[in-house]
Amino acid sequence: MLNYIYQLVSPGMFAVKYSDEDFSKKVVIRPRYMAVCHADQRYYLGNRDAKILHKKLPMALIHECCGEVVYDGTNTFPRGQKVVLIPNVAPQMNIEGIYENYARGSKFLSSGCDGFMREFVCMSPDRVVPFEGVNMVVAAICEFVSVAVHAIGRFMRHTEKKFGTIGVWGCGSLSYVVCCCLRRLIPDAKICVVGKNRDKLSRFAFVHESYTTDDLPDGFEVDHAFECVGGEGSTYAIDDIIKYITPQGTAILMGVSENKVPINTRDILEKGLIFMGSSRSGREDFVKAVEFMEDYKFQQRLSNIITVDNAVTNIEAIHRVFSTDLKTPFKTVFEWDV
Amino acid sequence: MIFGAIVAAGIGSRMNIGSVPKQFMLLGNKPIIIHTIEKFILCGRIDYIYIGVNRDWTVYMNDLLEKYKIDREKIFVVEGGDTRNDTIINIISAAEKEFGEDDSHVIVTHDAVRPFVTLKVIEENIDSALKYGACDTAAPAVDTIVEAKDGVRVSDIPNRKYLYQGQTPQSFNMMKLKRIYKSLSEEEKAVLTDACKIFLFGNEPVYLVEGESSNIKITTVGDYKIAQAMVNEEDIKLNKI
Repeated sequence: MLNYIYQLVSPGMFAVKYSDEDFSKKVVIRPRYMAVCHADQRYYLGNRDAKILHKKLPMALIHECCGEVVYDGTNTFPRGQKVVLIPNVAPQMNIEGIYENYARGSKFLSSGCDGFMREFVCMSPDRVVPFEGVNMVVAAICEFVSVAVHAIGRFMRHTEKKFGTIGVWGCGSLSYVVCCCLRRLIPDAKICVVGKNRDKLSRFAFVHESYTTDDLPDGFEVDHAFECVGGEGSTYAIDDIIKYITPQGTAILMGVSENKVPINTRDILEKGLIFMGSSRSGREDFVKAVEFMEDYKFQQRLSNIITVDNAVTNIEAIHRVFSTDLKTPFKTVFEWDV
Repeated sequence: MIFGAIVAAGIGSRMNIGSVPKQFMLLGNKPIIIHTIEKFILCGRIDYIYIGVNRDWTVYMNDLLEKYKIDREKIFVVEGGDTRNDTIINIISAAEKEFGEDDSHVIVTHDAVRPFVTLKVIEENIDSALKYGACDTAAPAVDTIVEAKDGVRVSDIPNRKYLYQGQTPQSFNMMKLKRIYKSLSEEEKAVLTDACKIFLFGNEPVYLVEGESSNIKITTVGDYKIAQAMVNEEDIKLNKI
């Protein structure tokens, strides 16, 4: 089958690559809805190191996607089954104790190999998670939810003390989804969000407290913290976390930063803090994310931060989506109709 | 029911390459026609796929289906006719013999030598044929079209904004197509170059489905080279990033 792959060939420029693909022993999925991630936007805008861009492009973008099975050579799924797609390509050998998303040799679609902007995606059945009862628009951000599920799972397994009050730094999409998942996974924890934008913070209606960074009350402290800021803001967020976290607390770093971030190690040592990096997710996180999303309340909270752009029917419309995404406060989702 | 009809009865006279009809030439790792059939297989709305092949090549066609492990469950190979429309009529007859006549049957006819067709275009054909009875896939004309009725002097240059380049699929209500075709005179049949014209002769409307420039017809050596380049191109690397 001749597949259409919509590759970013250089920042702001797409071209179609026609790929002869053997799908006889694969699950063939027609992508239906996709979401834009900051990582995609960075490639599109050229906000990555020139050497990285030269090495990784051309490449199809987008790693948040749901679709429908149109053919299954493995006889795992019926035609028409709605599925979310896992962008990790796990290495051949699984090493015990190492999650698939950190394993050496694992690949990630839309970071080094083609993402989901294709006419069809051919995958192994273990890279596909079926779902029912989730709106396709919301299902498109399943990967994003799975990243939060993964981070919270690791936090729960490795922290040394009671969950108590959990601070979440950042008021963007990642912070929002982490809060949604915290409510679900640790219902007894008190969740405090710390962010810069009052309007965006107002969307976090389901957390216990929210503060702007310059308006933290006297005596404010948290037992643990999730850093969901990234970029230039990472420095200030991490500094705040070290300042307000109580001894032996756990801080999960989730925001991506292009530049190195200075960290106050003296206070980390003095407080005996655990710092843990968390990135991407694996199959079990996707399965759990789908389970959460099938809950109406959870799904509706997610839908509150999604802006649905018009359908993408051609390359011109891909440019439009990336432009729209720069203006939306949270997640941008669009129908893939090529 | 919805039937795919892949028209592959040509013997490649325009190609002038070897003795293999163009639809059987390799594109990437597979013959052109296998790529085309695979796109139709991926369309779940098509119940059965008929392939109309020149009588001398039906065994070869069946061998190819075996070789490339194409699921035979919903595929029939039938003999083509002298013309493209004869082949379509043969396919309709075969389908009706197998599944009976029914006013709701839709046939999606497609050139075997257009392997770059997308699932979207196939599905839009089905929707349009179900709604209107007939549709033609066409892309806006890129070149100015010049008319010269005597082949010597330009008689007209039609306004390009009203002109489209015809592609396939072309899809129809099957019964209607057969009925109108049978009502045509031999003179009318002789000037038919494509199936949509059957409907126009019968004063029946044909609606447009937007085609894609990539949906090329591999008819000449030049087309074949372009298709090979499309499939085998190295990644485009732009130096200025």
